[in-house]
Amino acid sequence: MSRFPESRLVTACVLAAGIVLTAGLAQAGKFGIGHEATSEEVAGWDIDVRPDGQGLPEGSGSVSQGEAIFSERCAVCHGDFAEGVDRWPVLAGGRDTLKSDRPVKTIGSYWPYLSTVFDYINRAMPFGDAQSLEPDEVYAITAFLLYMNDIVTDDQFVLSKENFTTIKMPNEANFIDDDRPDTPTLAKGEPCMSNCKESVEITGRARILDVTPDADEEGGGGID
Amino acid sequence: MSKQKQSAPGTVQMPARRAFLKAGAAAGGAIAAGAVPGLASATGNPENQAPNVADWSHYLGDGVDAHPYGMPSEHEAHVVRRNVEWLTADTQSSINFTPLHELDGIITPNGLCFERHHGGAAEVDPADYQLMINGLVDKPMIFTMDDLKRFPRVNRIYFLECAANSGMEWRGAQLNGCQFTHGMVHCVMYTGVPLKYILEEAGLKTNAKWLMPEGGDAAGMNRSVPIEKALDDCMIAFKMNGEALRREQGYPARLVVPGWEGNMWVKWIRRIEVGDEPWHAREETSKYTDLLENGKARRFTWEMDCKSVITNPSPQAPLMVKGHNIISGLAWSGRGTVERVDVTLDGGKNWRTARIDGPVLPKALTRFYFEFEWNGEGLLLQSRAIDSTGYIQPTKDELRVARGTNSIYHNNGIQTWHVQASGEVENVEVS
Ligand code: HEC
Repeated sequence: MSRFPESRLVTACVLAAGIVLTAGLAQAGKFGIGHEATSEEVAGWDIDVRPDGQGLPEGSGSVSQGEAIFSERCAVCHGDFAEGVDRWPVLAGGRDTLKSDRPVKTIGSYWPYLSTVFDYINRAMPFGDAQSLEPDEVYAITAFLLYMNDIVTDDQFVLSKENFTTIKMPNEANFIDDDRPDTPTLAKGEPCMSNCKESVEITGRARILDVTPDADEEGGGGID
Repeated sequence: MSKQKQSAPGTVQMPARRAFLKAGAAAGGAIAAGAVPGLASATGNPENQAPNVADWSHYLGDGVDAHPYGMPSEHEAHVVRRNVEWLTADTQSSINFTPLHELDGIITPNGLCFERHHGGAAEVDPADYQLMINGLVDKPMIFTMDDLKRFPRVNRIYFLECAANSGMEWRGAQLNGCQFTHGMVHCVMYTGVPLKYILEEAGLKTNAKWLMPEGGDAAGMNRSVPIEKALDDCMIAFKMNGEALRREQGYPARLVVPGWEGNMWVKWIRRIEVGDEPWHAREETSKYTDLLENGKARRFTWEMDCKSVITNPSPQAPLMVKGHNIISGLAWSGRGTVERVDVTLDGGKNWRTARIDGPVLPKALTRFYFEFEWNGEGLLLQSRAIDSTGYIQPTKDELRVARGTNSIYHNNGIQTWHVQASGEVENVEVS
């Protein structure tokens, strides 16, 4: 095993010269550690896709092809209509629920970019057999999910590398940057230390929604 | 224990509070002076107590090699991570929680650090391990484990908190136990390489603005990290608390993103792509964005705001004895150090500043104590932390006014524990 391909030479020179190797000596990077990745090595792992289409592979797939693959490889967890089985994630629907008490965040109702759908399915699904789909299959599944979310309405639609970035997701404009702090800070005054309230009432108890692990019922909320 | 439902393999059920009380009563024996009636504190077997002499004083114990890798005493078998089965559909994309109420100081033992996986815990052979750097670099590079260990190394203590910690509590008090309300946090000493050395080795192009770390697990976890953060204090860590990373914490190497949400600390890290724009990966769009009441959603909410919790007493750790008692808790901030922690016994009418003990480090857990006399009256305990930026830990209602109740993430509101006359403690919310 050649564990020290580049640095062996450097080390040999340094030893011969009788000096101590310090930072800044080696020419390939500061320390001369590591080896250059070949384009083949990079291509094997470089799977990410960005909203501007960077990283998309060649290929295409239709809604109906996607439907067939989805029912075979995805529907057992996500449902035939991407509606989600049991507690497995829901992938379609939920439009106009984001301001409601129980928002349903799906690809159609929430996700800001289509590239995320491609990138995520390509890297992580089907759950338990990740990175097993061909590019055409991922295009087809993505087309099917667009159709199930009413983002495309033509059941003959074919998604490809070429038309990918023309698809806009309905909720994109609703994402905003982090604007914390959104609660009081010391700049707005020292916190109260004494006689801060006249009375204190218990307004809610975990006991009422007893969802601790030894209880029988399931509770609300989630960690996502 | 009859009330407990069958648990899935690998799932440990929390002993029911009722069972705990019964067991205490059945054990009988001497009750400590000042003990609360009905709440038998650990009493022990008189055969092993003075004036009697216990077996362990007569007979030899285990030899040195009985446990080549030492484990805690069998009497600590209840000190384990626990999950909440109904939260997720399966255990590969799931979470368990650090038993904060059983720990002290600021360091979390490796085997108790909570786990969160999206595709199970990968088992990576360090001999096969590679870290690739590609994208906007002069030269795409691959580093082996041996390579990583030849870089200059640093040791840093940081907390890691999942952004969803306390996420179940947005709509009101839910889970009885600080393990479950606050246990998605841990704090260890990492040994590793500053990320900037590794990036410099590949050579960053001038338009390099963002990084995309990517996990080698079956979730291929990927996030976007701004270059300023990467060059500031991010690390590739290979040791935690002196030993190799635990498998469930990303063995053999993980990203450390101090003070920022745990999801970004990519485990089993296999690749970092350098780019000029963020990726908007699933974990920063579908997840880890904070939905507000008006339907807008904050994205890239990286910093974990200042937060604290009283770990003892708490629902899993009741008060046992009247008289002198100690409140113990943890405070932390992703934006700096903890400057001060205040504690109230009356639900926020009056506050007193707690005593901080042990190291106070930036972006690390900080331990506080508050000694008090308990006469058996009901208490409403809260802690409130202030960090070095002047940020004051808000109440849960202040957060709800600002964000509504659909945010899931970044719930750093003040926690209230109701100590009853019996010593039992429940998770409540107060006006
Ligand atoms: C064995 C069950 C299972 C199968 C089969 C499966 N998935 Fe999933 N899927 C999951 C789980 C579990 C998650 C959530 C993973 C996590 O927590 O990170 C998920 C998440 C997703 C998400 C993201 C949901 C969101 O709201 O963030 C998409 C999209 C998805 N799956 C698509 C697919 C597609 C397409 C297939 C088929 C190629 C597929 N899944 C097959 C279990 C499954």
